[in-house]
Amino acid sequence: MLTTRLIPCLDVKDGRVVKGIRFAGLRDSGDPVERARIYEDQGADEIVMLDISATPEGRDCARHTVAELREVLQIPLTVGGGVRSVDDAARLLEAGADKVGINTAAVERPALIAEMAARFGRQCVVLALDAARTPHDDWEVVIRSGRERTGRPAVGWATRASDLGAGEILLTSWDRDGTGDGYDTALLHAVSQSVPCPVIASGGAASAEHMAQACHAGASAVLAASILHDGKTTIRDLKTALATAGIEVRQ
Amino acid sequence: MIPRVVVIDTKTANVASVLAALRRAGAETTLSGCANVVARADRLLLPGVGSFEAGMKQLRRNGLVEPIREHVTKGRPLLAVCLGLQLLCNASEESPGVEGIGLVDAELSRFDEVRLVPQIGWNQVIPCADSRLMRAGYAYFANSYRLTERPPGWSGAMSHYGRPFVAALQRENVLACQFHPELSGPWGQALIERALKLGGPSC
Repeated sequence: MLTTRLIPCLDVKDGRVVKGIRFAGLRDSGDPVERARIYEDQGADEIVMLDISATPEGRDCARHTVAELREVLQIPLTVGGGVRSVDDAARLLEAGADKVGINTAAVERPALIAEMAARFGRQCVVLALDAARTPHDDWEVVIRSGRERTGRPAVGWATRASDLGAGEILLTSWDRDGTGDGYDTALLHAVSQSVPCPVIASGGAASAEHMAQACHAGASAVLAASILHDGKTTIRDLKTALATAGIEVRQ
Repeated sequence: MIPRVVVIDTKTANVASVLAALRRAGAETTLSGCANVVARADRLLLPGVGSFEAGMKQLRRNGLVEPIREHVTKGRPLLAVCLGLQLLCNASEESPGVEGIGLVDAELSRFDEVRLVPQIGWNQVIPCADSRLMRAGYAYFANSYRLTERPPGWSGAMSHYGRPFVAALQRENVLACQFHPELSGPWGQALIERALKLGGPSC
């Protein structure tokens, strides 16, 4: 049986892991290669690295980090952040990424999803979707690291992206990101019911209980950052608790 | 002796992970899409990401189908990964009318029994009783097409997604994995190390 994946997320800026709350107030959380090795040893099923550098120097630095990660990691590596074109994606794959995440550029030019799927296969294309609650009990897509609300319904965008060729959807709740209040399970349920591809839950995890709730809501994988970086728990302990809760995990 | 592996450059595949895993296993690697290099290789690795048709087109364009067939006929070691396994078969539902390499007498079909396709993630692998190489464990898969039954004459391993499917095939010095051993943690790395001993003096 296919197991539920537990995925640590490294937000990397200028070669360092950082983490904030609702995409702001970033704090240093260590060296990316060191952190990734620790997480793999603890039983991480995959690593997601999001490059949140804003400069060309930062981007070069991120590619260098991807290459370093590839040398040591024996598990899949998804890299996203600042990918604007098929060539950007190709550069990350050459550096050592197994899958590429796209976000803002796909919202602005959805054909990018189809182009990437045609060139690399859909299993390589991860749509990163940041969603924020609206006053109308709905969610809208937010872009540019949460700085811009688009008014576009999140569920509709997820379905379209999947139709265009996204192999997975990394679904982040902007409202819950970094808060530790638990994943937005209503959002997870709405999106995972609407698409025929795996959905990765992101934003708000503080416990194995939150992760189990995300699985019951339809997530195929759960992403966590703050609770792991802060050393509040380990992947091994989270997996033990998930297995006890009846969720099948790789141990 | 240091194993020397020619990794076939199909242009569609992301080979960085495969190359890194081979280096960790102590192998010397050459990435090449050239028929002469492939024909002279001690060991071949056929990777693959992308569609069946794109993969076969690339192999045919570079005249690699015959050298790969000969390599296997001569009993030299071959490791095929993911689409690599699929390309060894006769045909795939993914690309009707496209002829595969034909070393494995079987046709691939899509995962029709499950809602979530592609299968992405870690699945349990159960070795066949007669398999020398495979061990039980979890492997990382990323595929939409699969073989539902082991073709006659092949050993290997099975897995389950909606229904049983072939996780790996092994015969003589050929090991073909539907999963990605290079992304399957220490379990996958150990399998690569055993595969690099195929055809060696101890076998």
